Amino acid sequence: MKKLTLLTLIFLVVVVSFSLTHAGERLRLSTTTSTENSGLLHALLPPFEEMFNVKVDVIPVGTGQALKLAENGDVDITLVHARHLEDRFIREGYGVNRRDVMYNDFVIIGPESDPAGVRKAKTAADAFKKIALKRGTFISRGDNSGTHVKEMEIWKTTGKKSSGSWYLEAGKGMGTVLTMAYEKRAYTLADRGTYLAFLGKKKIDLPVLFEGDPVLFNPYGIIAVNPARHPHIDYVKAMALIGWVTSKQGQKIIKEFGKDRFGQPLFIPVAVPNP
Amino acid sequence: MDYISDAILNALWLILSLDREVFGITLLSLRVSATATVFASLVGIPIGFIIGTGDFWGKRPLITLFNTLMAFPTVVVGLLLYSFISRQGPLGHLGLLFTPWAMVIGQFVLATPIIVALNISATQGIDPRVRLTALSMGANTLQTAITVLSEARFALISAVIAGFGRVITEVGCALMVGGNIRGYTRILTTAIALETTKGEFAFSLALGFILLAVAFLVNIFFHWLQVRRE
Repeated sequence: MKKLTLLTLIFLVVVVSFSLTHAGERLRLSTTTSTENSGLLHALLPPFEEMFNVKVDVIPVGTGQALKLAENGDVDITLVHARHLEDRFIREGYGVNRRDVMYNDFVIIGPESDPAGVRKAKTAADAFKKIALKRGTFISRGDNSGTHVKEMEIWKTTGKKSSGSWYLEAGKGMGTVLTMAYEKRAYTLADRGTYLAFLGKKKIDLPVLFEGDPVLFNPYGIIAVNPARHPHIDYVKAMALIGWVTSKQGQKIIKEFGKDRFGQPLFIPVAVPNP
Repeated sequence: MDYISDAILNALWLILSLDREVFGITLLSLRVSATATVFASLVGIPIGFIIGTGDFWGKRPLITLFNTLMAFPTVVVGLLLYSFISRQGPLGHLGLLFTPWAMVIGQFVLATPIIVALNISATQGIDPRVRLTALSMGANTLQTAITVLSEARFALISAVIAGFGRVITEVGCALMVGGNIRGYTRILTTAIALETTKGEFAFSLALGFILLAVAFLVNIFFHWLQVRRE
């Protein structure tokens, strides 16, 4: 019987300690892996949490899934980067009050030796064409993330087929794809934030081979889930978070973030002039 | 090779310095898996006992069923549970998705068949005379059951350990229904998955060593429970 008492005791401790973790209000934010993995949200959210006495639960997934979670009402707010998916999301009535938050850009990276000659490309589409022609190994996110959507957009303009033994669809996040590109000496499209974070910590040594095409512009937007469609979401707190992220103070945090560690900011704020 | 030596030093450092975040993650892992295992035992032990000692139509297919469920892929459990507790699902109004309780439910589903199946073999292995003797000495049904179960206690505790082992190492289901939220639903296995995607292999390995250490300590605890009754 002693054993039974002991087990009951363990059980009670376990259950009681759980009920404690449920105290306090929680706001759910689905977002892309880039904002979470870069560490930006760890800098941006704590002041907000303190100011409004709310805990923000960050669910880091690809943009496609982040929007899907918002569509289902499983989160209150979403921070993503795929403009035409966002516009559709709002058009179909799932989200309201989208605001521009920040941007960075995509870069095409690859092996130093650059067998496909991407360095000589004039446009991003041209670079992709060269890779396809030379059948240089290319790693695709393949996960319907913002980066993957952008990649597909570029492939469409090249008229080349993104398939074949040289084209590898990883179905993984940016970090994993960068590691795969490094291990396989392959080309890939990366968001500059995650790329800089990996380069800065010496996890990869692949140089940027192409950048600067306007098509590689990568804007991030924050959208509240439509309370008319999902009445249970915390709309007021969601709007407060939009307010914070696009406020002078919030934008200043974004502007400063990463400067000390990577030598340049990972994201450029756009919601207010001169934060 | 640097990874491994780095990881060992890293793990030792994390444990010795009681890194608050790692400590919280470890504690949550233990809490979620222990809660799931306790519930799974409360359900699984009686079911296993009834199937193991009973004599009824459909017993063999039922045993096969539980043996099959032991191999239920964790991601499939996660997916099914997700579709039930998402806001669009039938249990959506409970708001369970992305909470520790969602992970507990998933792990409960994973652990129960193991505990049932192993209890079936444990109680089947008990000499039928134990039951008859208990009955002849005037024990009621519950007392008889307790007698038989206490006779099978070693195998019983092994079953619980096996169930716990399955869920504390599980990642697919916890990632899907827990959401890997920092400080709330991030457990050792999902943290390992995350740190690996960030390219932090040494840190991932360090967390892996901590997971191993936790599993080892829990086993020692159960072993201590077993021998204490000798």
